[in-house]
Amino acid sequence: MTNHYIDFRNADVILNMGGNVAENHPVSFKWIQAAQEKGAVFIHVDPRFTRTSTKADIFVRLRSGTDIAFLGGMIKYIFDNKLYDEFYVKNYTNAGFMVNPKFNFNDGLFSGYDAQKRSYDASTWALEKDEAGIPKQDPTLAGDRTVFQLLKKHYDRYTLDKVSDITGTPKEDLLKVYQAYGSTGTPDKAGTELYAMGWTQHTVGVQNIRAMSIIQSLLGNMGIAGGGVNALRGESNVQGSTDQALLFDLLPGYLPNARAQWATLADYNKTNTPSSKDPRSVNWWKNRPKYVASYLKTMYGEKATKENDFGYGWLPKLDPTQNASWLNLFDEMYKGAFTGFLAWGMNPACSGAHAGKVRQAMTKLDWMINVNVFDNETGSFWNGPGMNPKKIKTEVFQLPCAASMEKEGSISNSGRLMQWRYKAVNPPGVAKPDGDIMYELFKKVRALYEKDKGVLADPILSLKWDYETNGHFDIHQVAKEINGYFLEDVPEHPVDKKAYKKGTLVPSFVFLLDDGRTSSGNWVYCASYTEAGNMAARRKKTDPTGLGLYPEWSWAWPVNRRIIYNRASVDLEGNPRNPKRALLKWDAEGKKWVGDVPDGPAPPMGDKGVYPFIMKPDGVASLFGPGLKDGPFPEHYEPLECPIEKNLMSGQMINPAIKLFKEGMDKFASCDPKYPFVCSTYRVTEHWQTGVLTRWLPWLIEAEPQMFVEMSLELGKLKGIKNGERVMVSTHRGQVEAVAIVTNRLKPFLVAGQTIHQIGLPYHFGWLHPKKGGDSANLLTPTVGDPNTMIPESKAFMANVTKLAKQPAPKARKA
Amino acid sequence: MGVTRRDFIKISGAGAAGLVLTQLGFDLSPIEIYAQEFKLKGAKETTTVCCYCSVGCGMIVHTDSQGKIINLEGDPEHPISEGALCAKGAASYQIAVNENRLKKVRYRAPYSDKWKEVSWDWALDKMAANIKKSREASFSPKNAAGQVVNRTNGIASVGSAAMDNEECWLYSKMLRALGLVYIEHQARI
Repeated sequence: MTNHYIDFRNADVILNMGGNVAENHPVSFKWIQAAQEKGAVFIHVDPRFTRTSTKADIFVRLRSGTDIAFLGGMIKYIFDNKLYDEFYVKNYTNAGFMVNPKFNFNDGLFSGYDAQKRSYDASTWALEKDEAGIPKQDPTLAGDRTVFQLLKKHYDRYTLDKVSDITGTPKEDLLKVYQAYGSTGTPDKAGTELYAMGWTQHTVGVQNIRAMSIIQSLLGNMGIAGGGVNALRGESNVQGSTDQALLFDLLPGYLPNARAQWATLADYNKTNTPSSKDPRSVNWWKNRPKYVASYLKTMYGEKATKENDFGYGWLPKLDPTQNASWLNLFDEMYKGAFTGFLAWGMNPACSGAHAGKVRQAMTKLDWMINVNVFDNETGSFWNGPGMNPKKIKTEVFQLPCAASMEKEGSISNSGRLMQWRYKAVNPPGVAKPDGDIMYELFKKVRALYEKDKGVLADPILSLKWDYETNGHFDIHQVAKEINGYFLEDVPEHPVDKKAYKKGTLVPSFVFLLDDGRTSSGNWVYCASYTEAGNMAARRKKTDPTGLGLYPEWSWAWPVNRRIIYNRASVDLEGNPRNPKRALLKWDAEGKKWVGDVPDGPAPPMGDKGVYPFIMKPDGVASLFGPGLKDGPFPEHYEPLECPIEKNLMSGQMINPAIKLFKEGMDKFASCDPKYPFVCSTYRVTEHWQTGVLTRWLPWLIEAEPQMFVEMSLELGKLKGIKNGERVMVSTHRGQVEAVAIVTNRLKPFLVAGQTIHQIGLPYHFGWLHPKKGGDSANLLTPTVGDPNTMIPESKAFMANVTKLAKQPAPKARKA
Repeated sequence: MGVTRRDFIKISGAGAAGLVLTQLGFDLSPIEIYAQEFKLKGAKETTTVCCYCSVGCGMIVHTDSQGKIINLEGDPEHPISEGALCAKGAASYQIAVNENRLKKVRYRAPYSDKWKEVSWDWALDKMAANIKKSREASFSPKNAAGQVVNRTNGIASVGSAAMDNEECWLYSKMLRALGLVYIEHQARI
């Protein structure tokens, strides 16, 4: 999130699109209601009427997978009615920047497309620069090649008629949302958007969010209280686990992972450190070399020296364009590429798209390590439906781990709030905290390499692995190393000319150095555990701004900033543009900012000061965003599997940049009469993800005991299915048995004159427990992902639903 | 002014029944008050944060003198959740108190149709040996183009957003030391 949960209450208009906040983030809903009590308008846009919709002032439906069309229509509405925040757009976005004359867009394709490779050469998607290397600007925004005019032209095609035809949303419903949300383009109004997997799990997932970012930037809603683009993430620490880089392409703190073409640290830094010749752009990533060097010092300790590139050469390196993300990982496993696999605190046999393929892939392994709180379909895959244990070679180690209240450590919520948890009880039996398990396991591996070195033992033997206090693994030592230390006395620090002692904790990432004199396991967490103590454990409830920032309650990254890009909330002199919700204010006498921790200490922008978006190389919000794989402007494409013959926007049916998996078990089809209904997976309040942490809890499984599929009354009639009957849901990949819920919550869509039915089912169940609860909805979903993130398209695929011939005998009625 | 459950317990524990009932503004039988007080009397309070979604609701865990959980409820001091919990959070007491928990290290041998209970030492030794064997067999000092890559191609990992920050960081460190590049988790799905 750019903002945080409590901040919902500061909004005038709240849009929940791509999510179901009342059911999936229930407690946060109180802040939506707090806003509504003060007169805010709450809008829910979703294919399905949910408990979120019941509380919405405006609820409208759209067909799954058509969000860009919906939002594209909103962008056009904002332009047509001049609802954008002109000051903000001119000063804080790249609206006035000039685009390379070779950039163009034609019939669904941006310039530079290679159909063979299904990818773009993005060299023409560039902003023009002058001789000094500073982006050319047209402050009138009138020139044909300005971002502003190109954006306007791109979305001029998204007419109400066309959008309604694609989305299935009636025109009057579109207008209701456009009018309400478009009203937030004035400085005294704030609009916020809350999304979740309803936006990410599409082949246009990133562009869904980009489209909203464009809207928020046009309306001046970024960097303000009650604004932002806010991902309501699905797991208690998925923000933290992402920050700590449990992903193939990253090192901790959003540093790119090492690749083969960057042989030395200098090569790595040269390619990955953006530069800006514009003195007004802070370009914060210019500091990247400091963060990398400090990270490498935490990896290899004293073995990391200037002479050996701080051990950079030991880091495993991806091939130049290798993508080792989830879908590719399981595709490789299916092809037999791995002998070993760790499923640590995860249940991919139910959570992975095309779970049938994932389960088959596991039979190709020699060994698997499965760490969990409860037994699960991954650790026990060899015993699952259709498996013959006698033919499966995979050795499985199932290790019992401590639950959250049985150990100490921190987690980071969606608002980047890092909160410390204490240990309340011991774990049961011989279960241990994950940290203890991995600490011991690596010590065993290292001992084997000490005995017999084998291939390249250096990175293993040189690893700094010393987190014990009194002979026991100590999580505080890890927390401190993530923050970082001064490794030598720094008599006169370049930043503040003060002296810092060897062995003391670094006060913040501003003090990190690129010469090996500092360490920091993750620069964005530097300032979380300092000489002043463990910031994440703080519990003081002061609220000086009155905006609910609570700056002394735990700690938020970066540097305890609660709202990112907050310099965009003030005018050029540093006065709040909305004095009623003053997030920041420049104290001209004291020469300092008052309020939230500002995005950099520089004085207000004025005539010559710095731009507000300090993480962007150009310092401003990107209405034109050249960094993605599928285009600088979001464009509507149909999902990989869709119900209509033609994309009404262009001749490109599907996202031209997605990877197609066509071999082995991977099958898909559009407009196949065998699979006529749009299908989505989703969640319910009483369960969580694949259900490993909820299906075993008696209270929860009693509340939601089994798999179900929701369908409209019209579809029930069409298929002869009554509420409560048992049905089979099937796709090209697999089938799942479920109880039918025939309900008004779903309704058919009228899409380009054609009636389209949509169904949906939760993905919390699995064959292991409860016995008759049903299996995973991911047996149905396809192996296909967004070209940028490779997050699978679980929210829009094609399915069929049929009534089972055999129905359970009706229960005897009590007299 | 709202009376939270904690206030209620504090007030009801204060003794002077007449005063208490006036403060609460409604009547309650003395037996109920006694029962509430008894359950948590002398209990140790530990704060934690919910393990499910990403809202980060505060919780208080009550344990008895034997170190057993006797109660878990929302933390009324917490600025985001203000004492509230959803169905899952409120049920998370049953994560700790649950006979289905994995309590032993289990091993499934190749082609076997059952689990076997093993010791940590046995499992750790065997897992470490497996890791080394797979690494040795699949390690590439260089790629096909002759560039240095120093990676282990034959092991993959998924997980976990269910771990604490410190554990995630340490896990990432261990996997990269072993040479893995197939490192993924919940954030990708």
